[in-house]
Amino acid sequence: MGVRKEEKGNGMLEIIDLHAEVDGKKILKGINLKVNLGEVHAIMGPNGSGKSTLAQVLAGRESYNVTNGQVLYDGQDLLDMSPDERARAGVFMAFQYPVEIPGVSNTYFLKAGLNAIRKHHGLEELDAMEFLKFVKEKAKFVNMDETLLSRPVNHGFSGGEKKRNEIYQMAVLEPKLAILDETDSGLDIDALRIVAEGINKLRSKNNSIIVVTHYQRILNYVVPDYVHVLLGGRIVRSGGKDLALQLEDKGYDWVKEEVEAVS
Amino acid sequence: MQSTNKDWYLASFEAFEKSLNGEMKSSFHGIRKEAIGRFAELGFPTTKNEEWKYTDVSPLTRLRFQPVLQYAGEGVSKKDIERFRLGIQDSHVLVCVNGHFSRELSAIGKIPAGVRLGGLAEEIRSGNQLVEQYLARKAKYENDSFTALSTAFLMDGIFVRVPDGVVVDRPIHVIFISQNQDTEVVVHPRTLVVAGKSSQAAFVESHVSLSSRPYFTNVVTEIVLGENAVVEYDKVQMDSTSAFHISTTHVYQERNSNFASNAITFGGLFVRNNITAVLDGEGSEATLNGLYLATGEQLVDNHTTIDHAKPHCPSHELYKGILAGKSRGVFNGKIFVRKEAQKTDAKQTNKNLVLSDEASIDTKPQLEIFADDVKCTHGATIGQLDDEALFYLRSRGVGLEKARDILIYAFASDVVDKIKVAEMRETLQAMLHDRLEQSRAFNKN
Repeated sequence: MGVRKEEKGNGMLEIIDLHAEVDGKKILKGINLKVNLGEVHAIMGPNGSGKSTLAQVLAGRESYNVTNGQVLYDGQDLLDMSPDERARAGVFMAFQYPVEIPGVSNTYFLKAGLNAIRKHHGLEELDAMEFLKFVKEKAKFVNMDETLLSRPVNHGFSGGEKKRNEIYQMAVLEPKLAILDETDSGLDIDALRIVAEGINKLRSKNNSIIVVTHYQRILNYVVPDYVHVLLGGRIVRSGGKDLALQLEDKGYDWVKEEVEAVS
Repeated sequence: MQSTNKDWYLASFEAFEKSLNGEMKSSFHGIRKEAIGRFAELGFPTTKNEEWKYTDVSPLTRLRFQPVLQYAGEGVSKKDIERFRLGIQDSHVLVCVNGHFSRELSAIGKIPAGVRLGGLAEEIRSGNQLVEQYLARKAKYENDSFTALSTAFLMDGIFVRVPDGVVVDRPIHVIFISQNQDTEVVVHPRTLVVAGKSSQAAFVESHVSLSSRPYFTNVVTEIVLGENAVVEYDKVQMDSTSAFHISTTHVYQERNSNFASNAITFGGLFVRNNITAVLDGEGSEATLNGLYLATGEQLVDNHTTIDHAKPHCPSHELYKGILAGKSRGVFNGKIFVRKEAQKTDAKQTNKNLVLSDEASIDTKPQLEIFADDVKCTHGATIGQLDDEALFYLRSRGVGLEKARDILIYAFASDVVDKIKVAEMRETLQAMLHDRLEQSRAFNKN
């Protein structure tokens, strides 16, 4: 299957037996996953398998209740940190449904975030001029329309613009761990290419990326090191990039059947 | 009990009359006497009065405020004025201390020919014809206790006259300072603005104080817009948090005139703002916007009235409120469409952000429509900060307090951004920030 087994010992994220529920409904039922620095992992699964819940739990959404397990991020207890502490420590989630905030400009929003992160790392906060120069470079880098910068956060953006805005934010905030929650869904092929190109430009030896997706399509552009299949709140199968192609070919049913046959 | 509270003011009036000496013979004194007569009959309103249903004035009427019979601005310096300029670098500054105009503290600067900016007392004394025509004629004291009191004790204030066709480029900024180190005082800031035909001006009225002792400021502003005149009126209320502030703004509009007000309320313990715009000429347009932030134990009550008296007049209203701590808010928006006022297009919106479980707001639209071909819409909302937006901001590294502040600024920006005096916008945002900080400090204690 071409699975690379070697442990590198530079663990960015380690999820151990994670259980979580929403409104009393059990969604995650024992997730185990290790992501090393420099790796791209794809987490695939059908609707309702728990993909987005996993992303939300990692980002710190309060309405998700962790009932068991542990998550280590860069050696720290991630679940003990508030959403903003996680972000300042380098965790980033690209939202499946980016939130509209009328009355707050994209630039102001990002400046508040970036400066909070810089302050956390003992760096000087950027003033308005420095920040503007910085974001303009980043906008160019990920092919973002500059006019979107002065507009209110996601307000009146098209679906594609919202997703590109997420990748743009990733470019500005330079996270160590990025979790992309269905960033590809709802995009036409041109928008998908631009988004994927942005992700590839940001991909490096110094960060890790988890691509949460329903479809294999984005993985043609963002080629993962590992692919995991999430079913019924558990990772039931892990493999290399070929696993994604198999899923594309045959759907999720064959995995389901195999899992059921074993249990 | 009610009568004794009233008697205090009637007795004060006698003392006031004596201090006037020769001025008692002036023609304006007849109006003062009529007004105190009306006050004697009306007394203070109770919550049985529909206009005061949600606001009980007894905390105010219970106190014995001393009238300020003469100018006493010795304790106020030019430096004090500087910090009250709201960030507006270039404006015609007029200062009143305890309702009395001070030429020394004012910085009127160069004004276009024919424009008059100054004290009301000298205009009354010299028998200014516009003053005789409009002062105490537009803001009716016959049925309003507080306007009656203001008129009875009327001595001084501000007079602004912009002649026909004149555009005043720089904002006219009136600063009303309350100053009472030793006693609890009542002051009656009074303003008359007469904007001539096709004239244009921006008028900023701010209320501040130099002491923390309770005082009662009873404000009346009358604004008259001639045909085709354009006036912006920004009222910025930053009284101390132990102040009682009751204000009545009365706007009278002739044909094709355009009036926009922005009522910003940050200070005071007990605040009631009344604003009435009478659209008494075809094609005239009124915009009444407001922003109020109440924290601690503050009460902020905004009553607006738009009186559509003539056809083809649009009116717009957007009031936004932020209520924190144990504060209470009231919004009552009356739209009156007279039989003649066909093709009226009135839109009213009141939105409230309630930040704590102990804060509350009563909001009520009041439509009285007697014409049949009109468009009137109104809407009111009461909500909390959006959790999704808060999480989004936090997920980008912004701490909880800052994230909340950003969303509160965003909420307020609808109103702040509409203020045309650009330099003021930033100042207002900084003030909003300070008030929110104070509110947090209050909650922690």
